Amino acid sequence: MNVSQTVPPRTKSFLSASRLGSGFGSAIAKLSREPLGMFGFIVLLLLVVIAIFAPLIAPYSPTAQNLSNVLKPPSWTHWAGTDEFGRDILSRLIFGTRITVQTVLAVTVIVGPLGMLIGIVAGFVGGRTDAILMRITDIVLSFPSLILALAFAAALGAGLETAIIAISLTGWPPIARLARAETLIVRNTDYVAAARLYGASPLRLLFRYIAPMCIPSVVVRLTMNMAGIILTAAALGFLGLGAQPPAPEWGAMISSGRKFMLDNWWVAVMPGIAILVTSLAFNLAGDALRDILDPRHARS
Amino acid sequence: MIEVSDLAVAFGQGDARRQVVKSVSFAVAKGETLGIVGESGCGKSTVLRSLAGLDRHWEGSISLAGKPVSKDRSREQLLLAQMVFQDPFSSIHPRHRIERVLVEPIQAMKRGGGWDKVGSALEQVGLPSSFAERFPHELSGGQRQRVAIARALMLEPDILLLDEPTSALDVSVQAEVLNLLSDLKETKQLTYVLVSHDLAVIAHMCDRVLVMKDGTFVDQLDKQDLQTGATHHAYSKQLFEASYL
Amino acid sequence: MPALDPILQVRNLSVRFGRASVNAVNGVSFDLGAERLGVVGESGSGKSTVGRALMRLLPPVATVRADQLDFEGAPLLTRSERVMRGLRGNQLALIMQDPRYSLNPVLPVGKQVAEAATLHLKVGKKAAYARAAEMLSRVRIADVERTMALYPHQISGGMGQRVMIAMMLLAKPRLVIADEPTSALDVSVRGDVLRLLDEMVRENNSGLMLISHDIRMVAAFCERILVMYKGEVVETLTKLEDAQHPYTRGLIAAMPDPRKPVRRLQVLDRKAIDAAGVQP
Repeated sequence: MNVSQTVPPRTKSFLSASRLGSGFGSAIAKLSREPLGMFGFIVLLLLVVIAIFAPLIAPYSPTAQNLSNVLKPPSWTHWAGTDEFGRDILSRLIFGTRITVQTVLAVTVIVGPLGMLIGIVAGFVGGRTDAILMRITDIVLSFPSLILALAFAAALGAGLETAIIAISLTGWPPIARLARAETLIVRNTDYVAAARLYGASPLRLLFRYIAPMCIPSVVVRLTMNMAGIILTAAALGFLGLGAQPPAPEWGAMISSGRKFMLDNWWVAVMPGIAILVTSLAFNLAGDALRDILDPRHARS
Repeated sequence: MIEVSDLAVAFGQGDARRQVVKSVSFAVAKGETLGIVGESGCGKSTVLRSLAGLDRHWEGSISLAGKPVSKDRSREQLLLAQMVFQDPFSSIHPRHRIERVLVEPIQAMKRGGGWDKVGSALEQVGLPSSFAERFPHELSGGQRQRVAIARALMLEPDILLLDEPTSALDVSVQAEVLNLLSDLKETKQLTYVLVSHDLAVIAHMCDRVLVMKDGTFVDQLDKQDLQTGATHHAYSKQLFEASYL
Repeated sequence: MPALDPILQVRNLSVRFGRASVNAVNGVSFDLGAERLGVVGESGSGKSTVGRALMRLLPPVATVRADQLDFEGAPLLTRSERVMRGLRGNQLALIMQDPRYSLNPVLPVGKQVAEAATLHLKVGKKAAYARAAEMLSRVRIADVERTMALYPHQISGGMGQRVMIAMMLLAKPRLVIADEPTSALDVSVRGDVLRLLDEMVRENNSGLMLISHDIRMVAAFCERILVMYKGEVVETLTKLEDAQHPYTRGLIAAMPDPRKPVRRLQVLDRKAIDAAGVQP
């Protein structure tokens, strides 16, 4: 009469793997009904592939200078033209994706868990803990991230790591606020009340009941944030506080192209297009993710 | 089984302080079903939540199974009484599979894995054991309420506190769930406290009914009274008449 | 039959949502005169969908088809959305379940009723307020002046539903559709709200369609009852005792009745119901 007695003991890991597969399949099916979101995801996928295989894809070395071939407009040999040192801009853009992807991933991995932890603890514990954590959040939120990054760069020296730390430090408050708001809703639901009645410990409530309800909106928010991260990273690069030359950082490329803007538009415009397309892709993907993960925002 | 004396509950501080329950006392014998009927805001759910241990604003004394319980319940005290909530759509975690919903009480109480008990738990509430794999949104309201009842019974409590367990369900499904509750009570020797605004449901289920208004009990009706429609207070008369429109 | 001069004539109404394989409402036909018609069924039986289809308030994914759907002798389905907007609230009124959701939370209730008056009666601001106050006192709201200044969250459910009735019946609509108007209310005020609704509708000589899951309440209140099951009308009754269809009988038997105590309640035998099919 009991399933688990007649059937050989199910291996939980196998089951969860097959479940994950079916969940992924239905997500793809939903995505196929969102052409714009699909476009976003395809661009992001492409970006990651390009970042991984940059040395194979790039036609030239990103740092090889050719002073006899400076500031050439886009042509068949140099699709995106060359810069003031005769470097191939397309190759630099391709290698630049590595820096971009690295920045975005690093910031997200720091900001997501940190913001979520602060948010759900504040919302769940409430009282004084909540007040203190949220005031800290407010203070950090009122700091312009660029200014903080400037301060950090001044203190630690300019570089990609500094940029990542600076963006992360100012990036978590929106996530924390979101997670707190979700937690406040979930905290008062009947299923949490029921869990309290069967003696679930606070940690169990946090991680098994509350966190799973916050993850979808946090993931959506993080994806949307990625566009902002790219822009901030580019701005830091533009100000010379991000990755240092000759590293092909997109913001820094615009910055150096600025001097030749009027006569040689491609030097600044090509990295600009790269930034635009990438941040647009993140926004589109974020929108689509919200529709898939969050049934409350479902369109009819 | 349950003894409550001078239970008073107030929410808020200072001017905003509201006395929701005003010093009520009652007792429930083992195997009895006590009904509490009243309109929204009369304090009936607050009484139930204080009994369960969800509300901590109460004063007075509550004893379950002969032992007085405190505002913060120990694990042993929580084992005595479990609760079934009104809305089956919000009382089950939407991202837990049914098997996870059912083993959670056992794991939270540190009583082992509990996976082997899922099948029989589903069967005793009349659901096929294949439902273990499903998510709550794949179940109807009545099926969810069955799962909620199964979950409340996982820890084998002596007392089941029922907060409007069928008011979110269709009449036909309500009948099924009420029958299930009657059967479970018989086989497991349970004691019920049933809170509802629906006098017909209360009268069908309960041996004794307390009529609640503005935080106090104004009337007590036994089975005989319910059948003949006898009342001892103007308010319960009014409730009776309104229920048989 | 009081339906000599029908307000609403419905023949073979069907509603399908999106690409669903079955109709949510299937072949529903009835006439409605200046009477009280009850529509009863479980959730998912299509009873609310019928009400919304008549108001043309279904989402665009729904396809509504009918051989005939005439309101006061003129077809309803072919009218433009602009004409419908003029009709709704003016000739056709819908009262929904929970007044907390159907009233605008950021406006005082008096202002909302007055706005309905300006919109449907085409009167000036002052006159609209006067009409609103008059209407609110007609629905037996004590201390009208004070109530008009209150916001929806400050009034009780019963009072909110009275405000809704006042607002909806301002323009003396010919047809009032009430979708579970009392199920969010306390038992003791349900009777009052229903009697009030009845009184107002009779006064205007209009038709009332009362949609509810509570077959006894509908039976006590309506002259005719349509029993719906799986999108179809399985039976039309004038009183409960005449019920023939196993579904209707099952619904009645499933309700606990303290005057006739039983140990176990009867549950629906869905196989027998499906076998019985539709009885015209």
